[in-house]
Amino acid sequence: MTTILVNLLVSVMAAATPLLLAAVGELVVERVAVLNLGVEGMMLVGAIAGFATAHETGNLVLALCAALAAGMLLSSVFALLTLTLQANQTATGLALTIFGRGFSALVGAGYVGIAAPTLPHLHIPVLSDLPVLGPVLFGYDPLVYLALASLVAVAWFLARTHAGLIMRAVGDQHDAAHVLGYKVIRIRYLAVLFGGAMAGIAGAYMSLAYTPLWAQDMIAGRGWVALALVTFAAWRPFWLLIGAWLFGGIMYLSLYVQGLGVPVPSAFLSALPYIGTIVVLVLISRDRRRIALHRPAMLGRAFNATG
Amino acid sequence: MLSLQPRGYVSTLWSWGSPILALVLTALVSGGIFALMGHPPVLTVYTFLVSPLFAPDGLAALAVKAAPLVMMGVGLSLAYRANIWNIGTEGQFTLGAIAAGGLALALPDAPGWTLFPAMIAAGIVGGALWALVVAWLRTSFNANEILTSLMLTYVAQYLLVYLVTGPWRDPRGFGFPQTAMFSDAAAGPRLVEGSNLHLGLVLAPVIAAAAWLVLEKTVLGFQLQVLGQAPRAARFAGFNENRLIWLAMAISGGLAGLAGMFEVTGTQGQLTTTSSPGYGFTAIIVAFLGRLNPLGVVPAGLLLALTYLGGDAAQIELGMSNAITGIFQGILLFCLLGADVLILHQPRWRPRHLTKSSPVPGAGT
Repeated sequence: MTTILVNLLVSVMAAATPLLLAAVGELVVERVAVLNLGVEGMMLVGAIAGFATAHETGNLVLALCAALAAGMLLSSVFALLTLTLQANQTATGLALTIFGRGFSALVGAGYVGIAAPTLPHLHIPVLSDLPVLGPVLFGYDPLVYLALASLVAVAWFLARTHAGLIMRAVGDQHDAAHVLGYKVIRIRYLAVLFGGAMAGIAGAYMSLAYTPLWAQDMIAGRGWVALALVTFAAWRPFWLLIGAWLFGGIMYLSLYVQGLGVPVPSAFLSALPYIGTIVVLVLISRDRRRIALHRPAMLGRAFNATG
Repeated sequence: MLSLQPRGYVSTLWSWGSPILALVLTALVSGGIFALMGHPPVLTVYTFLVSPLFAPDGLAALAVKAAPLVMMGVGLSLAYRANIWNIGTEGQFTLGAIAAGGLALALPDAPGWTLFPAMIAAGIVGGALWALVVAWLRTSFNANEILTSLMLTYVAQYLLVYLVTGPWRDPRGFGFPQTAMFSDAAAGPRLVEGSNLHLGLVLAPVIAAAAWLVLEKTVLGFQLQVLGQAPRAARFAGFNENRLIWLAMAISGGLAGLAGMFEVTGTQGQLTTTSSPGYGFTAIIVAFLGRLNPLGVVPAGLLLALTYLGGDAAQIELGMSNAITGIFQGILLFCLLGADVLILHQPRWRPRHLTKSSPVPGAGT
């Protein structure tokens, strides 16, 4: 029984990590009132960049840097189009996803079905060998800890620092922030780049740790789930963790039940995470006042300083 | 440094010039990317964009690919004009294909003159119902239609996989995930006997013209445009926003379902796990490239259809992955959205010291 429970906790944590990484990035982006719908595309490009670099060089640090850079590069295109050229954010985000799918598929065509080094799991003497607590707390790969650390850091940054306060001001009232002399566009650029970096790493987690190989469209909608997570969390960082565990749990459950050989068609179980996302989204969105209370007031609106 | 000055009016010149500029930029940028990847840029772009047109039956193939894109792009342009972001046309396309295909499989002996119209109706209803789930979730529960429509696309895909690997699998199909071939009656009338030039090729431009009339000449079209441009004004005017959301979703979903129906009956003749080659997402680009104008969608659909033929040509002639279709489509949308800045803004070159002015209070509203 304990083994099953430990397995469950460890697997849910693993399934939640890519969602958490991408959602932490997107949360920062949305808190400065930019809506980047390209998370899926940035994750795909991050996944192939990380995988290809790991395969070619064997160096995992380099692979993670490549994934991070790839995500940032793609997000910089988004920033240029929406912030400098004031293109429609919804459409540009979709373009990012369409491009990311095509680009990752083209680059990845030569990497299907081959192996690359995978992220090692942490092993702290004594601590990692503890029963139950060892695997549940001290036995993950470094990105799991990075995801949790980034969550804490972002929560602290937004709530407790001066720079975080400025970012929230940019998200809630960009004209006022501008009049006070803050560089609205520059701050939004930085946030979008951060979101791209996190999505890139989230993609690398998929191809180097979660299912360590490359397959076309391997992100399978996780980028969109991460977007749903930010709404679920009502733009509050620590709720992301609960949401990530919830969605990670649903994903694990659909795999686990398929493995049990239950007489339910596997396609239905595979569809479960997506149906679950819709159900959760519906439950959370019903309360319009709660959404309106927490939603960055300028979300999705362009800022144009005519000075 | 370069700065953008608001024109204060909509530039007609650039409304039409921007797609052309975007196309030129796309050819340059994608050529650059191909060069970086070690492919000869000019030859690749030529093979991709020009050579398919000169292939035997190239224009017929183009029309067959363009028809579903135009149908879906028309529906999306209506919805997007109203600021209703249906991005789940891929799923609605799939449901239309399932509904029409299911009917064809259930009635293998029905005569064409009853079966085919019934299949058209089934395709439209299937796609529309799938889209109305999104409308219902939006109007009753305030759920974001972008996310729900996209999630339903995955659900639709798994439903298709379940059907073609389970109850609808062809018992004589050697275990392949596909249904039996539809009857000849289900293929519908052809423009040229024995070809794959199906009825949808004629319907697509007719639908585009009809949608243009609805959008420009009817109260409904006016209401959709007001809802998109000034939602508060629409509310004050007493427009029923929920009704408009339902209508826009039903139209865009129904047209996607119709496109799915024609695709599986007109060109494929059976259901497989890959009944849609990503048409639903491409249709989003078609709608934007067509300026969210149903008439503009027709040339846009033809151009995007060319990217599919180009992907196949690059695969056959240059040995590249046909994934370059997706790259090209993504870059095209990037360039278009970037070039669109010229419609409302004028680029100005100003010396650096002049741009350092202090912000004006109240600016940027």
